[in-house]
Amino acid sequence: MAHGPATLADGWRAYISRWVFTTNHKDIGTLYLWFSFAMFLLGGAFAMVIRAELFQPGMQLIRPEFFNQMTTMHGLVMVFGAIMPAFVGLANWMIPLMIGAPDMALPRMNNLSFWILPFAFAILTSTLFMEGGGPNFGWTFYAPLSTTYAPESVNFFIFAIHIMGASSIMGSINIIATVMNMRAPGMTYMKMPLFVWTWVITAFLLVAVMPVLAGAVTMMLMDINFGTSFFDAAGGGDPVLFQHVFWFFGHPEVYIIILPAFGVVSQIIPTFSRKPLFGYSSMVYATAAIAFLSFVVWAHHMFTVGMPIAGELYFMYATMLIAVPTGVKVFNWITTMYKGSLTFETPMLFSIAFVILFTFGGFTGLMLSIAAADMQYHDTYFVVAHFHYVMVAGAVFSGTAAIYYWLPKWCGKMYNETMGQVQFWVAFIGFNIAFMPQHFLGLAGMPRRYADYGLQFADWNMVSSIGAFIYGGAQIMLLYNVIMTIKFGKPTAEEKTWEGAEGLEWTVPSPAPYHTFAKPPEFK
Amino acid sequence: MSTDASNRRVVVKSLFGAAGMFAFAIFVLPPMYDLFCEITGLGGKTGDEYTAVDVRVDTSREVRVRFVASNNASMPWIFKPTQDSVVVHPGEPTEITYFAHNVTDQDMVSQAIPSLVPNNVADYFHKTECFCFENQPLAAGDKADLKLVFIIDPDLPVGVNSVTLSYTIFDITDRAADPIAQL
Amino acid sequence: MLKRAQALFLSLLSLVVLLPLAGSALAESTASQLNMPQGVTEVSQAAYDIHMIMIWVCTVIGVGVFGFMFYVMYAHRKSRGAVAENFHEHLGVELLWTIVPTIILIVMAFPATTALLKVYDTDNPDIEIKITGYQWKWQYEYLGEGVKFMSELRTSDDEVYGREPKGEHYLREVTEPLVLPVGKKIRFLVTGNDVIHSWWVPDFGVKRDAVPGLFTAGWAKTDKPGTYVGECTELCGQGHAFMPVVVEVKEEAEYNEWLANKKAESVEYASTIGKEWTSEELMAKGEGVYLQSCAGCHQADGNGIPGVFPAIKGSPIALGPQIGHIAVLIDGVAGSAMQSFADQLSEVNIAAVIHYQRNSWGNDVGDVTQPIDVLKYKQSK
Repeated sequence: MAHGPATLADGWRAYISRWVFTTNHKDIGTLYLWFSFAMFLLGGAFAMVIRAELFQPGMQLIRPEFFNQMTTMHGLVMVFGAIMPAFVGLANWMIPLMIGAPDMALPRMNNLSFWILPFAFAILTSTLFMEGGGPNFGWTFYAPLSTTYAPESVNFFIFAIHIMGASSIMGSINIIATVMNMRAPGMTYMKMPLFVWTWVITAFLLVAVMPVLAGAVTMMLMDINFGTSFFDAAGGGDPVLFQHVFWFFGHPEVYIIILPAFGVVSQIIPTFSRKPLFGYSSMVYATAAIAFLSFVVWAHHMFTVGMPIAGELYFMYATMLIAVPTGVKVFNWITTMYKGSLTFETPMLFSIAFVILFTFGGFTGLMLSIAAADMQYHDTYFVVAHFHYVMVAGAVFSGTAAIYYWLPKWCGKMYNETMGQVQFWVAFIGFNIAFMPQHFLGLAGMPRRYADYGLQFADWNMVSSIGAFIYGGAQIMLLYNVIMTIKFGKPTAEEKTWEGAEGLEWTVPSPAPYHTFAKPPEFK
Repeated sequence: MSTDASNRRVVVKSLFGAAGMFAFAIFVLPPMYDLFCEITGLGGKTGDEYTAVDVRVDTSREVRVRFVASNNASMPWIFKPTQDSVVVHPGEPTEITYFAHNVTDQDMVSQAIPSLVPNNVADYFHKTECFCFENQPLAAGDKADLKLVFIIDPDLPVGVNSVTLSYTIFDITDRAADPIAQL
Repeated sequence: MLKRAQALFLSLLSLVVLLPLAGSALAESTASQLNMPQGVTEVSQAAYDIHMIMIWVCTVIGVGVFGFMFYVMYAHRKSRGAVAENFHEHLGVELLWTIVPTIILIVMAFPATTALLKVYDTDNPDIEIKITGYQWKWQYEYLGEGVKFMSELRTSDDEVYGREPKGEHYLREVTEPLVLPVGKKIRFLVTGNDVIHSWWVPDFGVKRDAVPGLFTAGWAKTDKPGTYVGECTELCGQGHAFMPVVVEVKEEAEYNEWLANKKAESVEYASTIGKEWTSEELMAKGEGVYLQSCAGCHQADGNGIPGVFPAIKGSPIALGPQIGHIAVLIDGVAGSAMQSFADQLSEVNIAAVIHYQRNSWGNDVGDVTQPIDVLKYKQSK
């Protein structure tokens, strides 16, 4: 360690070069985390526009055309810009620390995989200002709305998706290589922290399905510009094929988002229960089982498209099966708490809320798997409520838990516990006010992606909008808490921030030095 | 160093895997889907042309076949079946026609896409002569009778006694003129 | 402070868990507000039944699991002096909670399958209706009856954009609803004309995607007359929220009467707009229309009043392309006394008067303007 990283004291140029050319896993992790938070706020801003317009029946603020762009961009930015990079950031920071590696296996590729992301999102966001507007066909971009009937900007959208895919694939390869080759002596696979396990499985999923997404958008590109007809019935193609290809990517994608969240929660709950994780190996197998099942259930997103009954039955049964490994996880988490010595610091609160809300989303997911009932739920706000319960309560709550949990390790300062708990309660209450009523709206018949609605839906929409604003406010509080911690937090130099924490990351000083484990640690 | 070598191996293998999945999505999934449709009758697509071998006519059953025509998007032709419906016995070949009239003052090319409801009977609906999935050019103002000969399989599941065959006609004039699309 | 926060936490969590329970209880009293409608067909009833079974199964499991969790959170807190034990595996329990959920799922698969089979009933229908999704309206065609019409949103833009108060049936009203008889099995053949739409009537339990080039089928049979409102449920562009489905179920006699009227209308349509008119027929009709609706300003000799009303005789519009001439009559001319005749004159009358204007007083374009051309122009807007 000849010298540390450049700081502002070394001048602007040195400071900027440090971040642009960094190959340090902690720097890149930090970049990913800040970038994803920026995208989270951008996607959140889109959500606020949507909820503001839906506050009352009638079009008050925007035109339906722009509304469609907002729902599309909200979905794309949140999925590809906020949640996925956030977990890649956590992986970058924590995986080397957890397995006792000095850095990621492929540091230069790591730098590249981050730095192409801002360009992808600059392109994607710029489409909003183009003639004809940005993507307006939903984040699922079903053909032919996204091909024959798409705005001009669709080519930029496709380009942006390609870049995001490349970034994800590079990031995943890096994680796979790191975990396979960089483990400290004694760190066998079945001793790895569960967060590492879930991420390896996620990385394999990403390598398998991001190319399928790339294939889907490439076929779109050819249909739009080169006159092929993969998805155009006129030329002997089939719009339904698009849905199959998309969901062949899309369903594993959902698990790509949720599996690292499982990993985070599996780190935090044992810490605050002061008790090892219950059923470690069954957790690993359950994760693998969920990943496998994600490849064979995709058409449950298409029950109304007119499949033969044999197909519907198969996809229904297969989907119901997912409840089994998911249930195993929930039971394991609860049993981890059983006969522990529980305390409820902010990360634990977010993790418990994760377990409850995610399970609730799992129940509605089970209901959605029943094809006959799905004929009624499909494409209504019931579905919107369901996937926000699993995505937001799943990914965002666990991500927030991870921030509070590891923030002392990252910056060597302790967050303000009271502020953390206040933020938790605002987020938890706001979230439920926003999304619980959407179940009722959906069951009562309000379809999703509606810019306007009949008077019978007015009450719950207003409630939902109010909840959404509260929940949005909670994210500003999170930003405030993080900045206040970094600037003014109480310094905490101890290696083990949390009494019950286990693992190699708690054997290095806080804040974690720029270079750690230059000499591999001994892991027993 | 051995770590470097094994890193390289991981990268190469993963990239191969990713490239393989990309190729899978573009080159394998679409034909696989078509095959799947054909086997299951998904979307009511009927299989390839069929040569009748079984001449057994089941006169004890009657099936009503209804014909429907749709024009996609702004397709300006007049396109309709010449008969609304026919009642046939399973096993008996039946000929019907659709009438197409290019009412515009431009030469155009169309293509008709069939779809069958209920779609689980697609397996039992055999077309021995059909104008589906073929380019159908018509000069400005021209008319044509498009012939269709079909046989309902005597193994048609009991309980199904009404089938609706529909054709949607698409304007593919631009596509037919585009050399890339013809590849 | 923290203690109280934890108590609050517990009570709020239990509220979240119990909400579906509360939801199902409330559903009894306030019908469609919170819960899925039971609807009026066998399929919608089946969907509702399986939906309720699932809610109860999930509620029971949820209460059990979360009840245990809350107990643990209360009993095994450090602040109550709990000391952590160190167990982390138990094969028996782990097998148990893999096998028991599997069995529950297998049991639930039976009613789920039965319900789905109802949706897929392919028995002979009494009536077949082809439903085509357009951007942004529905077309209904009664197969074999020669009846076909468009059904569009009737709510005005003024209501949508808040320039007028919203009516009682805001976004739930259409120009012409789908009319069905009670007690007949109806098969819906759903397809799309441009992009994918999805035709949904919650009270029928029918939701079918309308994919261009593809037909999907659903069915309904109900004994309850009434008006049922549904929606388009697949994103189809900017008008997605503005193409409701309205179905009126009538007693059979009423339905037959309605259908007879519709047929008569369509016969009349075929003999007017649908028919190819000859030049002579149009000239004869056009003269009458002209004298009644146009001559007041443009004068019977087509010369107009110089400086006030332009002449039609020799005018570039009357001698120019047909489409421009149609546009003037349908759209009017902004900032002038020339108003739109789209609502005042039928397509036949507009076609006739255009033909008359283009071929009288020395105007000799010689083309024939058919009512269908006028209709096409109207529809293209």
